[in-house]
Amino acid sequence: MVAAIRVPRSQRAKRELLKHAPKLVETGKKTLILHGTKTSAVLNSVLSDIYHLKRDNAVKYTKKNDNIRPFESGGETSLEFFSLKTDCSLIVYGSHSKKRPNNLVLGRTYDHHIYDLVEVGVENYKPMESFAYDKKLAPKLGSKPFFAFIGQHFESSEELKHLKEVLLDLFRGEVVENLNLAGVDRIYVCTAISPTTVYMMHCALRLKRSGTSIPRMELIEVGPSMDLVVRRHRLPVESLKKEAMKSAEPAKKMKNVMKDPVHGRVGKVYMPDQEVGKLTLTNDIKGLKRERREAKKNKEHSKKQKVNPE
Amino acid sequence: MAEEAAATTAAAASNYEVDLGNLMAYDPSHHLAAAPSNREAMREECLQKATELAQAVADVLFALPPNEARDGPLVRLPPPNTRLPREKHLPRPKPPTKWEQFAKMKGITKRKKNKREWDEQTQSWKRTYGYDRVNDDRDIPIIEAKATDEPGVDPFAQRKEEKKKRVEKQEKNRLENLKKAAKVGALPSHIQLAAKALPITGTKADLPKKSKKEDLENVAGMASTATASGGKFDEKLPGEKPPKHAGKHRKFLPVVEGKGIGNLEKQQYDKVLNSILAKNSEDQLDVGRAITMYKVKKEKQRSKDKDRPSKSNNKLKPQKKGFKKSSKKNA
Repeated sequence: MVAAIRVPRSQRAKRELLKHAPKLVETGKKTLILHGTKTSAVLNSVLSDIYHLKRDNAVKYTKKNDNIRPFESGGETSLEFFSLKTDCSLIVYGSHSKKRPNNLVLGRTYDHHIYDLVEVGVENYKPMESFAYDKKLAPKLGSKPFFAFIGQHFESSEELKHLKEVLLDLFRGEVVENLNLAGVDRIYVCTAISPTTVYMMHCALRLKRSGTSIPRMELIEVGPSMDLVVRRHRLPVESLKKEAMKSAEPAKKMKNVMKDPVHGRVGKVYMPDQEVGKLTLTNDIKGLKRERREAKKNKEHSKKQKVNPE
Repeated sequence: MAEEAAATTAAAASNYEVDLGNLMAYDPSHHLAAAPSNREAMREECLQKATELAQAVADVLFALPPNEARDGPLVRLPPPNTRLPREKHLPRPKPPTKWEQFAKMKGITKRKKNKREWDEQTQSWKRTYGYDRVNDDRDIPIIEAKATDEPGVDPFAQRKEEKKKRVEKQEKNRLENLKKAAKVGALPSHIQLAAKALPITGTKADLPKKSKKEDLENVAGMASTATASGGKFDEKLPGEKPPKHAGKHRKFLPVVEGKGIGNLEKQQYDKVLNSILAKNSEDQLDVGRAITMYKVKKEKQRSKDKDRPSKSNNKLKPQKKGFKKSSKKNA
């Protein structure tokens, strides 16, 4: 008989599942890289390069998946299932066909359901290995990248606007508050060369000594470079977009709480004005307890005296 | 100095959008000078432009006040300007459990229990829960008999039963609390509820209901006649009811009756035709009913006419005067 409540049998499994819980402030998104029925050599290289760029927080599947059709209504279920199991919210799906050669679908999920998709074709691809440079300048894994977007098409074209957002999301990494300036070493350069094409490069940054405290930047091309031609795209549904863009409310500051090194956490108790002048004095107040007691005793005494002569 | 001035004017002229939280710089006003066909020139131009943009970001970045850390200067980044969608929904607050609601109403607050407690029986410190715990129900060696106890009842087994019932009740309550949380969407992520607990599609009416006893008996009766011999020679099971409409279900008219259309057939056809015509006709007058109604009406009339002669003889009978006195008379 299937139990009504399924709980993980070990603490380790439980910890892993709790990591998948929705958080108030989100840390970096994970990427899932997979391919469809047919891939080309170029596409294989592209997928493996993207995986190397995002090594720490990416999952690469090696099997071919023939039941995934991202732009069709029924063909996304497999993607959503994988997203749920691997807890990845960014998807890079590659496929190759005669109609769409070297096809790459970049997708995002919200709550493990497809949020939006951009389909691009890869042209003029140069793999990472083809670039020769001084190995000491190679960008380290996991460093926070710079972004440079060039071209007015990023603003005028709907598709490029969408692609810009998706590329930013894909390569951004974690949103951090503190950044070590010594660890700044890579930059993604995206130029809009036409209303549908983006020329993407990945370069290493070299900080050169300059007269001021601000170093001079030098770019050395290291990584893959390719032309991304936008083929199709699907924008998110308005209601879903509104929900996904909601940000957490900042925690309200607790008033009247102070930390005292001697007493610990202290707060002031504010008494309302008692208005002593307006208090009505009755016989019932505690201050006159003794008087009341004695008055009672005297009364009884006097009563007894009255009875006795009779 | 002149260089700096030139740089600042250049930056101001280009007016890049710098998003420091994302370390991003965007030049919205750039037009590609080199033709896309000439890749080398385009690449060079892109690199040069990118250097300018990177410099713009670095200008702002390195201008931030650094804190000296072990590995290098740490800088506090502002939150990013461009907002990107979340990957999961905002965590929803868990609805209070049944016990929590009750405790709130009664004003019961939680009290912290110690991990170890002194056990009088074994004169040692034992843990409050788990293996070898304090005051364990199973450790009691002797239970004294009370006056209310029935003879032949095993008190140890009774205690075991009670504990089992308590545990079952608790599990049921826990499931109910989890279902309530799942309804709101606040189920803890390490727990999964079985699909049968929550109907996903349709309404409760779509769930297969348990058959009633009489339904089963009727169905058993019907099934028994579904044999080659109509269930005549089979053994009847206890509780099996014979089918309600036993025997023939259709009435077939005799094949040969007379010449042409027989009387029974004619009756059948007439019936059908009449009902069709009656429905479609505009008069829709049911003649038989009309006659009956007319007859009834006539009967009533006749009975009224019969009464009338008796009514006209009222003068002989003592007349009942009304007790109401008209005010006019008095006045």
